[in-house]
Amino acid sequence: MYRLRLFAIRHSRAFEWIYRRVEQTLVAMDPLFARIGYERVERPVALVEKAVKTVLFDCKMCGQCVLSSTGMSCPMNCPKQLRNGPCGGVRPGAYCEVKPEMKCVWALAWDGASRMKNGSQITEVLPPVERNLEGSSSWLRVSREKAVHLREAREARRTTIAMAFSGARKVEPSTAPLVEEPEAAHRDVTIDPPAGAKADVKGDKT
Amino acid sequence: MTQPDPATTYAPPPEGHVSHSRLERVLRSGRFAITAELNPPDSADPADVYEAAQPLSEVVDAINATDASGANCHMSSIGISALLTRAGYSPVYQISCRDRNRIAIQGDVLGAAAMGVSNVLCLTGDGVGVGDQPGAKPVFDFDSISLLRTIRTMRDEKVFLSGRKITNPPQLFLGAAENPCIEPHDWRPDRLAKKIKAGAEFIQTNYIYDIPLFEKFMARVRDLGLDKQVYILPGVGPLASARAARWMRSNVPGIHIPDDVIKRMEGAEKPGAEGKKICIELIQQIREIAGVSGVHVMAYRKEHQVSEIIHESGILGTRIK
Repeated sequence: MYRLRLFAIRHSRAFEWIYRRVEQTLVAMDPLFARIGYERVERPVALVEKAVKTVLFDCKMCGQCVLSSTGMSCPMNCPKQLRNGPCGGVRPGAYCEVKPEMKCVWALAWDGASRMKNGSQITEVLPPVERNLEGSSSWLRVSREKAVHLREAREARRTTIAMAFSGARKVEPSTAPLVEEPEAAHRDVTIDPPAGAKADVKGDKT
Repeated sequence: MTQPDPATTYAPPPEGHVSHSRLERVLRSGRFAITAELNPPDSADPADVYEAAQPLSEVVDAINATDASGANCHMSSIGISALLTRAGYSPVYQISCRDRNRIAIQGDVLGAAAMGVSNVLCLTGDGVGVGDQPGAKPVFDFDSISLLRTIRTMRDEKVFLSGRKITNPPQLFLGAAENPCIEPHDWRPDRLAKKIKAGAEFIQTNYIYDIPLFEKFMARVRDLGLDKQVYILPGVGPLASARAARWMRSNVPGIHIPDDVIKRMEGAEKPGAEGKKICIELIQQIREIAGVSGVHVMAYRKEHQVSEIIHESGILGTRIK
């Protein structure tokens, strides 16, 4: 497993690409998951995620995966579980202070990040691990959040169009050109959409 | 300057400052700052703390109270810090992430600030395995960087990490450690940048014995413009003997001592005096490096020697204490 983990970090760029595809797929599956119920897909997805990531990254199922910010080197394998490493105890040859037979997870992380397209994410300050998320599917949470975000952005735009062209709304739905709205107009719409516009959006959904 | 006594009253910091810290004032005014480490006693007698602090207080701007360094149990850093503020000394309260979780640490930060502490040093901490109680449970809920960001949030946003309001926030000058001579050398300056981003305002480094390696680190730090964003105080300390140096190198995490330094110690007639001489030379060399704002002296169980080293190195200059 340790060898596979090193392999994944060596090929961090390829894994970064694969990861993005997995995420996109899961985001695309959001309507399906939403229909089945996210709480019902949680267990099977978490099982698959655990199996795949344990083999590849020695995943510990912390539930808040940050691999794409850490050069595809899982920080939960750091004996101090640092989220912003490395610590100051790294041994000569970049070996771990606590487990001298293992390469420093964070030395590898910076190395892996240097090969990644969005490797500079490693410079972001990461929050501490939320222990109550342990065991849950990180893939599902991230893709769900992204899907919600996308949906909200899309709906905000649609609402604006609906308000401006209330009659044309039903015949030209999402293909209507998306013009950037002035901020003030945006605010009006998102905070207090007119009753008619609201009804239109709802009608579009069903 | 008439400052309200931060140990007893809560008052806003001076203009352009984040705290009442003397260290902050010295650094912001562009003077060469001096800090030193106090070795915590294995005792509950405050006199032991004051005895160790007294020789340091005459020559330093702040005294570091270590938090079970090397994972060895001693009097706590918050206890020592409180004793020091009572006597009018200015401590650097060291917080290690090894032994306490976020609930304990955030509470202690408020407690320390209320007792007049105005400097903190955020550390990850050594693993428990090297200490005197290797069976202890390592906590590491935070790491040094998330700890920095947390305390900065408490200070500047006036909230706990949970979002709950803090009515009177802690006024603290935020410090972090750096270990420039340890692998991965290439990424150390980038991690320093991350510490600054998280909130670090001053840096105290681990022992520097390898000047060329440290100079290389500083060159990169200057290239990144980091020396303009943070005050860097390299750490130095006297070696007792060649044997002790070898022992430290292989048993204390994060210590790099080049072979030529150890050889020099071996060849010396009086290793103690040679160790002190090396330390003085290091201070003088470090002072000449661009981007360095001060020096941090760590002498294990030799507080009296710190004073001699600082006097003999000439860094006090014309300063009237």
